[in-house]
Formats: sequence, structure tokens, C-alpha cells
Amino acid sequence: MTALVEQLKAGLDAPICLTWELTYACNLECVHCLSSSGRRDPRELSTDEAKAVLDELHDLQVFYINIGGGEPMIRRDFFELLEYSIGRGIGVKFSTNGAFIDAEKARRLAAMDYLDIQISLDGTDAVTNDAVRGEGSYDTAIRAMNHLRDAGFGEFKISVVVTRHNVDQLDEFKALADSFGAQLRITRLRPSGRGADSWHELHPTNAQQRQIYDWLLAHGDNVLTGDSFFHLNALGEEPLPGLNMCGAGRVVCLIDPIGDVYACPFVIHDEFKAGSVRDAGGFARVWKHSDLFAELREPQSAGACASCGSYDACQGGCMAAKFFVGIPLDGPDPECVGGHGEAAMLAASASTKPRPMMDHSKPGRVATPDRVPVTIGRR
Amino acid sequence: MDETTVAAETETDLSTDATGTLLDEELLVEEISIDGMCGVY
Amino acid sequence: MTTTADASLLERCLALHPQVALRPEPFGALAYHYGNRKLIFLKHPDVVRVVRSLDGHDTLSATLRACDIDEARWPSFERALLSLTASEMLHDRTG
Repeated sequence: MTALVEQLKAGLDAPICLTWELTYACNLECVHCLSSSGRRDPRELSTDEAKAVLDELHDLQVFYINIGGGEPMIRRDFFELLEYSIGRGIGVKFSTNGAFIDAEKARRLAAMDYLDIQISLDGTDAVTNDAVRGEGSYDTAIRAMNHLRDAGFGEFKISVVVTRHNVDQLDEFKALADSFGAQLRITRLRPSGRGADSWHELHPTNAQQRQIYDWLLAHGDNVLTGDSFFHLNALGEEPLPGLNMCGAGRVVCLIDPIGDVYACPFVIHDEFKAGSVRDAGGFARVWKHSDLFAELREPQSAGACASCGSYDACQGGCMAAKFFVGIPLDGPDPECVGGHGEAAMLAASASTKPRPMMDHSKPGRVATPDRVPVTIGRR
Repeated sequence: MDETTVAAETETDLSTDATGTLLDEELLVEEISIDGMCGVY
Repeated sequence: MTTTADASLLERCLALHPQVALRPEPFGALAYHYGNRKLIFLKHPDVVRVVRSLDGHDTLSATLRACDIDEARWPSFERALLSLTASEMLHDRTG
């Protein structure tokens, strides 16, 4: 019998789970937003189109979806789609900044089954968090958590994008989650969407990557990572828990607000677009027969990493991280713990870095690779 | 709780019983975490 | 019918938990428990067959026999189904 991971790399007939961004509209403008969200796209899927997608996912026996955006609760049919999904046997986790969870909504959510909620937070104090997510966003998130706790929702998740500025707060994040009876999730920052602008200032240093790895090994029981730190496995003998493989196009994918299907939420770019749910054959046909996914399900070449002893552990890292800094996909990860990413980034020039394809940022916050990055000033 | 729980045996272990006959010990089930896949929120 | 936890698994009367969905895969099946959110791969078509046949027999040993599983493989199947029971994918059948 082949190892399970090898079988998963070859792809399955249906995703195990997937991310579905319901809208590009958002009340926030986080500096690192992977989907460059802000303004709703007028081509958004209608309620009927969204339900048709859910019908397809039901037929494919997708058990669980991760809903996000933008801010998914902005959609007027948000609860209608939640209830429809759960009614069709598809469990839902939705990711939110919490702005639309008041006491009444919290009670409504608490009454629903097969529902997980993930509140985004990037700092254990307003100064750290709001520098990335905007003034008032820390208070908004905590308020939502209080409402969920008061309504008896049960265990929700707190999801943190680990940056240079919050990596020292991991213990505090764990304590915060514990205080709410919530589960902590920490994930890797990728240079995707608006993240391309701020990545060089925000991504953890080499020393901090070791700090993350060590912390996960020591304190990571019951801490989720979305398997996003497998590139750190090259740091030691003990692999982090998880499949330790890129799931994009193999076991997971993204459906975006206008129905486009991408390999994963961190590669919203034509290069990684597999098709559209609006194409004949719908989502199922894209998943099973698109050229992009067929290519991703072929054995991947180690390329420049072939001679490195760590390749088995790190799998050459993350496609999205390489792509958006302009490193070839068979090159090293920009955060390669062996230090091979640095030379590759020096070799990457403005001409190899991809231009952003879709930008739903609000005016004044357009993501362009050549723009001087804007950071919301700290007090 | 680890995100992935994998049984102690990996792949196919061959061991012998009291009579020296080779027994094929297959790993027939493997648990993975629904939250432990890279490429989702 | 033996249902106590310390009885040999082979003599227990097992059933798939009602909150578990089994999705066929080329190499076996994917089992997902909607209640505890556990996800388990059944990595061989034979173990899928056995799990699906549990309802038709009073004991696991009867099920294994009916599915033509060679007795030399029974320890592996016992280990697998014990693991499924620990994950609550299987439970003792009542009635």
C-alpha cells in the first residue's frame, strides 16, 4: 500500500475540504489581505448560483467547507447560505473579523450545529493588532468573542497570521484562547494579495522561524496550524503534526466570490486558476478535469532542491510564497530554513515578480508591487 | 492533541508468529485532521 | 451478544456510528464523523467491505469470516477496527 500522503498528492476525486470566499467586500483593509479585499465585485455569485455550488459539493460528498472573504457576513444571504450548506450535510467553518457578530447573531449562531467560527486576530493588544488590521479591529474581535461566549457558542477558533511583530506573543495568544475556551490557530503569512507589499517587513526572520518551530513542538498541543508551517520541518528531526504537503489542487482548492476556482486561497492569480463554477460542468468538472489540477497532481520535481538533504522534510516549501516573490516554482522557498531562499530572492527581479491580477482594495489602498508599502502607524 | 495521529506501524511490517510464518501487518486505517491540510483558511 | 468494552473486539457486535459518512476512494474510503470531526482513511477496500458488512452479522469475527478475510490478517483488522472504535467511528450496536 502506498503511503497515504503519496496518494493524496496524486489528488482525490473530490476535495476533502475547500475554501470558499463569499465576497470581496470587507469592512476592514488589513495590510496583508491575501485576497486584496475591500470592494464587492459586481460579478459575485448570486444566491441561486451559490446554492448550486453547494448542491455540487453535496454530490461530491465534500464534508466540510471553510467560508471567508473579504468579510463573509457582509453578504445579505450569509445565514441563508449557512443554513443551506448545513442542511445539505456540509459542515461549515467561517472566518470573520467579528464586526457583524452582535449578541443576537451570536445566539443565532450558537443554535446552529455543524458550524465552526474562526475570529481573525493578529495581536494580543490593540497596538500590535491594529497596526495590521486597522484601528478598532482588536476591540471588534474581542467584542465578538465575548458575544460568542455569552451565547454559549462553545469552542470557536482564534486565527492568527504570524508576523515579525506578534511572534513574541504566542504564549499570550494561547492564554487568550484558553480564557475564552477557544482553540488557537496560527498560520503562515504568505506574500499573497496585499501581502506582497508588506511581506518584506512583516514576515518572520530566520531566528523567529526557529522560535515558531520550537514553540509549536513545546506548546503546540491543541494548537492548529492549517499545516502551513511544514517548510519549518527542515529545522529538526521531529516533523510538525499535519500532512506536511501542499494540498493545493490535490485535496483542497479555493472558490472565489465570482466563482473562479484557484488551487488555493494564497494563489489568486491567472497562473493558478483552474476554471470557473460557471463553466459547463460546474465545479465538479473543474476539480476532476482541469489542466492545472492535473498538472499539480503529477509528481513534482524537486528542481533546485534536489541536492538538499532536507527536501523530504520541507517538500520545497510553499508555491504561493515562491510565486509572489518571483522565485521559480522548482526553486527554494523564500523562507527556506537552510538559507537558500535569500540568494533566490536576490536573483528575482522586478521582471520575474508577477503583477497582481485581481485587486478589490478600496481606493487609496491599491496593491502594486512597486509601491512603497503603507503601514498603519502605531501610536 | 496532535493534528495527525498515525498508528505506530508504518507501511507494511513483516513479523513472524510462533511457528516462524511471516505475517503481513498492514496499516489499514490512518487518521488525519480535517483542520490539518495546507491551502485552506 | 457481548458488548462490554473489555470483551475481545472479535466477539463484539459493532456498527457504524450514525453520524459517520463513508465516501468511496480509489484505494478504500474516507470516513468523516460529523460529531467529533475526525477524519480517517480506510486504506484498503477489504476494510471498507468489512465496515459496511458489520450490520449483517452479530460479531466482528462472523463479519470477517463472511467477508473472506484470511485469518492471518485478522490481527491487522482487529487493530484497525479497534482504532475506529476509539475514534467513535464504530460503536457497539444496540438492539
